[in-house]
Amino acid sequence: MSAPIPRRKRRRSAPLMFLAPFGVLFAAMYAVPVGYAIVESLHKVQRSGLGLTPPKRVYAGFENYTKALHDDALWHGVGRVLLFGAVQVPVMLGLALVLALLLDAKSARLKGFFRTAYFLPYAIPGVIATILWAFLYMPRSSPVVSMLDAVGLPSDFLGEDAVLWSIANVVTWTWTGYNMLVIYSALQAIPQELYEAAELDGCGPWRTAWRIKVPLVAPAIALTTVFSVIGTLQLYTEPRVLRPLTSSLDADYTPIMSAYHKAVENNDYGQGAAVSVLLALGTCLLSFAVLKLSARLTNGRSSL
Amino acid sequence: MTTLTTPPASPARDRAPLPVAKAGKGRATPMRSQVLTTSFLFLVATYFLMPVWWLLVSSTKSSGDLFNSNGFWFADWNLGANLRQLFSEDGGIFLRWVFNSVLYAVGGGVVATFLAAMAGYALAKYKFRGRGAIFSVILGAVLIPTPMLALPIYLMLSKVHLVDTIWAVLLPAAVSPFGVFLAKTYAEASVPDELIEAARLDGAGEFRIFCTIGLRIMSPALVTIFLFQLVAVWNNFFLPLITLNDQHLWPVTLGLNAWNSDLTQPHANLVVVGALVSVIPLVAAFWSLQRFWRTDLVAGGVKA
Repeated sequence: MSAPIPRRKRRRSAPLMFLAPFGVLFAAMYAVPVGYAIVESLHKVQRSGLGLTPPKRVYAGFENYTKALHDDALWHGVGRVLLFGAVQVPVMLGLALVLALLLDAKSARLKGFFRTAYFLPYAIPGVIATILWAFLYMPRSSPVVSMLDAVGLPSDFLGEDAVLWSIANVVTWTWTGYNMLVIYSALQAIPQELYEAAELDGCGPWRTAWRIKVPLVAPAIALTTVFSVIGTLQLYTEPRVLRPLTSSLDADYTPIMSAYHKAVENNDYGQGAAVSVLLALGTCLLSFAVLKLSARLTNGRSSL
Repeated sequence: MTTLTTPPASPARDRAPLPVAKAGKGRATPMRSQVLTTSFLFLVATYFLMPVWWLLVSSTKSSGDLFNSNGFWFADWNLGANLRQLFSEDGGIFLRWVFNSVLYAVGGGVVATFLAAMAGYALAKYKFRGRGAIFSVILGAVLIPTPMLALPIYLMLSKVHLVDTIWAVLLPAAVSPFGVFLAKTYAEASVPDELIEAARLDGAGEFRIFCTIGLRIMSPALVTIFLFQLVAVWNNFFLPLITLNDQHLWPVTLGLNAWNSDLTQPHANLVVVGALVSVIPLVAAFWSLQRFWRTDLVAGGVKA
């Protein structure tokens, strides 16, 4: 730097300087990979019949996409994940909302203890949480299974029909407390005067909760919904960790597992990339729909 | 807080007639609803704490007792032997895994937080062309599921020979679009323009103003961003799974999963005690930083 730069000019370049470091990494780790996936999804590797010439990477147009759209295993995975989300997300967020409301209510005791107890699983990585629950699911090691067997209840947690819900249980266990905390802090931000006014009007605790608290924390609920939906579509860790332990989970169990299976295990990057791009599109559409819907339900007060 | 009407907890609370909470300005809470609420909260807490209790108990057991004793109660005390075996197995590789996890999560978290703070501050406090567009792109990236990025990132990194190095995990960990969103929201609400203007009149440069005023005021948001990123990186499974072959570079989640995937489970007691040890750093981080952790930022109800 030889000549001093006029202050005005420096101020104009300041935001650029502040944004640049993040921008460079963002481009490298988000923008470029997305572009790369799109390019890759339009190519395929051509191997000659005899394998005498090295495989060639050639333009394939939308071939990978047509193949993906006709892939039954992938569609099964998509259906499974959607079913999972349709059940697990409402159950988890319903529980989180109820817990947040109860902890916010006057009648609750030991709030600090309960808050910590519910939130604790969030600090446990998905892999570890799944390993823990796997021990509780496996007949060999599980005290729960032996208890259920003793009273004659079904206990086949890793069976073909049950395993999806066993996974849902792990996800619910991990994330309920976190979502509860988000809703709880939104509840804490409601001004006390509002409750006093409601009480003067003869509003009981139930009505206060349903008529005042829930609508006011709707934006927080909307936000947790969006993140939960995204989380559902990228379901991977839990089934992947359980997979070696049971025969009920195949390589295409969830869409992400399918993409990984195609790209890495089958060495078909183009196909894996096409599946990834389709999934990203699907995710964006779905989260956008949830956002729009929640914006309508909350009169545009959603924070995203 | 709403706890002002709650009398201090007494050990005999469950038996003795509950003192009906006389609210200074509210209505009395009936005892029955208090008992019902607290019982329900206890029931839910049991669900969340059960696997943790199982983990604590099981980490004290030998491999044999793990499968042949009541899972919810202690058998022969074997914790010391388990820990010794854990830290010596395979030349002490477990400690290496923990160290790697800490390096990835703390290193990635610190850099991501700082970059997000700068970017968020710039987007909140400067008016420049394209500001809205940049923010929309960053926000859109929040909706892209990370496992979908992992495959293209893996392909790109393998082209530049960064696969199977610490950078394969550290570089993606240093970017947090969600952090930018939080930082911008917080800076907008909390860093006063007048203060920046006054500092400018005093002759401070833009970067200095950011460091002395911006960062300081934004510190609650910074802790929150850091914790989010810490958890995200600590939990990340997919990316290291596909980019790291060398087990000396693995984070602890990957290592434990490898031990756990062995169907004959020769490492069962190590998986359990390893899970316990690997959970401790994150729980400790939360414990010490929870005062600064602002979940209301996520809920969008920023009150600086």
